[in-house]
Amino acid sequence: MTMKFTKNIAVALIAIAGVAGAASASSKADKEPIKQVWSFEGVTGKYDQAAVQRGWQVYQQVCSACHSLKYFKFRNLAGMGYEDDMIKAFAKEYEVAGEPDDAGDETVRAALPQDTFPAPFPNENAARASNGGALPPDLSLIVKARHDGANYVYSLLTGYSDAPAGRDIAEGKSYNGYFKGGQIGMASPLSEGIIDYEGGMPATQEQMARDVVQFLMYVAEPKLEDRKHMGFSVMLFLLAMTIIFYLSMKKIWKPVKEGKNFYED
Amino acid sequence: MAEWETIKPENKALGWFEERLPILSLVHNVVGPGTPTPRNLNYWWNFGSLAGLMLVIQILSGVVLAMHYTPDTAVAFDSVERIVRDVNYGWLLRPMHANGASFFFIAVYIHILRGLYYGSYKAPREVLWMLGLVIFLLMMATAFMGYVLPWGQMSYWGATVITNLFSAIPFVGEDIRTLLWGGFSVDNPTLKRFFSLHFLLPFVIFGVVILHIWAKKVSDSGNPLGIEVKSGADQIPFHPYYTIKDAFGMGVFFLIFAYFIFFAPDALGHPDNYIPANSMVTPDSIVPEWYFLPFYAILRSITFDIGIPGTDITFISAKLLGVIAMFASILLLFALPWLDTSKVRSARFRPTYRWFFWFLVADLVLLTIVGGRKPEGIYPLLGLLGTAYYFAHFLVIMPILGFKEKTLPLPESIANPVVKAAE
Repeated sequence: MTMKFTKNIAVALIAIAGVAGAASASSKADKEPIKQVWSFEGVTGKYDQAAVQRGWQVYQQVCSACHSLKYFKFRNLAGMGYEDDMIKAFAKEYEVAGEPDDAGDETVRAALPQDTFPAPFPNENAARASNGGALPPDLSLIVKARHDGANYVYSLLTGYSDAPAGRDIAEGKSYNGYFKGGQIGMASPLSEGIIDYEGGMPATQEQMARDVVQFLMYVAEPKLEDRKHMGFSVMLFLLAMTIIFYLSMKKIWKPVKEGKNFYED
Repeated sequence: MAEWETIKPENKALGWFEERLPILSLVHNVVGPGTPTPRNLNYWWNFGSLAGLMLVIQILSGVVLAMHYTPDTAVAFDSVERIVRDVNYGWLLRPMHANGASFFFIAVYIHILRGLYYGSYKAPREVLWMLGLVIFLLMMATAFMGYVLPWGQMSYWGATVITNLFSAIPFVGEDIRTLLWGGFSVDNPTLKRFFSLHFLLPFVIFGVVILHIWAKKVSDSGNPLGIEVKSGADQIPFHPYYTIKDAFGMGVFFLIFAYFIFFAPDALGHPDNYIPANSMVTPDSIVPEWYFLPFYAILRSITFDIGIPGTDITFISAKLLGVIAMFASILLLFALPWLDTSKVRSARFRPTYRWFFWFLVADLVLLTIVGGRKPEGIYPLLGLLGTAYYFAHFLVIMPILGFKEKTLPLPESIANPVVKAAE
């Protein structure tokens, strides 16, 4: 009797688990991000330094007009393969707020390597006012702050198209199937040839999108390569330690396995 | 309880100290060579010491993180990014602490399920079991408050959802919520008190862990056969046998833990928590960390009021009932030693209970899935069924099964099969 009862419950539970597994979460954008292969993925993944540098050029010349990078300091350029004097030169091209002068008036000075990359707008209201009410998000963590972030950003930048029939797009907005709700405040930012790559790489939309994703991933996680590098040493050490523990255990437990009585009565 | 052995160190200074505070004797008798322990403990018995180890890792990494973290809504998010970007090895400490919480829960969940399978909660170990549940409840409070500290979107909205639950309690609910908030919404005072309590509670847990181990010393460890120790032949010294076995288990556990820290540090987190908290924007779906999902599913599964049908009279609102169900799902475990009426401890000799144990595990997996999904389509129904089954398991099946089930014959002693087989 109990066996039949338990079997019924087993069948019911398996059925329920099956239904739960099959019904997938509903997507909020029209399209799922396009899957791309990224050099920084996987356990041995590294940044593609040339692509990161090109992405930095794309950010400077295109994205930085509207998007800030509040956690990115000029000195972080060192991890992208730039020398100290180049970083100082980069920084000097920008102006940041300085200390008040002796009369208490505000001053500006050339940026130094320890300074944060200057934001395009002084505050949120100014940013919204210049962008038809929409707020261009800070991009420091954008790749980590979205599901499947690298593919998402790539797909978004290359995914502008005409709106499907019957879909109204408001004045000043664009249709993008990868964006939640489909209606985005940013016009397609990367048009072919919008920048001249140093080194002569053709600036196609896909190329610029791939490069800027490499750069933004670096900005989101500058220590990614350190992390994976140390991970290998740690895993190797733990593996050796575990094997030693295992062999010691086998040796120490031998008398127990042979039935030794430690507490003769 | 085995006889207490007194250690007399040969070193004079050590001997002098030991006479005044017998700390070596304590270790010797609780987890040392003078601690007779059942000889048949399997690998499921590794997870107690692993949970203890995770507590130590959380406290050590947490203390260093607290040196660099700032509990202020204006800069909390920035200070966490500063830790990861600019503090020496901050990029390692932060994922170690965040994933450490998950691995602490993994160890504790396996430890609790082991107790359910082998009947570890039964006499004479009821207090040992209940102290474990107290640790579990404290862990949940600590983990919840810790998740609020980075002040991302999930931090803020998770805190809002959970603190709002308390307002469902009749008469005092609103006041409790105000007390938790330190004001009239989740804000700066909330963050500051959560930080303070998040720092304090782990040390309270540490204290209860000591009581938990003390209770283990008094009632001795259970074992996979679920029968009492009959003679010295059933036992081996804790050290070196179980210390080395625990060390090996630690190695394996740490390999998996390290994989997550170094190669998938964000896999168990939610991307929305990389967006700074914003009280004006609600995330698409507010989900807690994975280890709270079954309880979150139970909470949300109740969507009906209890009252007189056909009238507007409500005795218990759906919200309050959900809160009651969620808390009851853990609190009823305190009564488990008496809800389980079987004389046999180990599921090894309880063929029917063994099935029900795995049904319960399947039910918890189901509730975990439901808790992570939006309450749409089939999920609310699945959540309700899963919740009903969870309570039925403990309140109906366990009490009845003890009387109805035909258990298998118990072995004569722990040593008998082991010793005989070797001859």
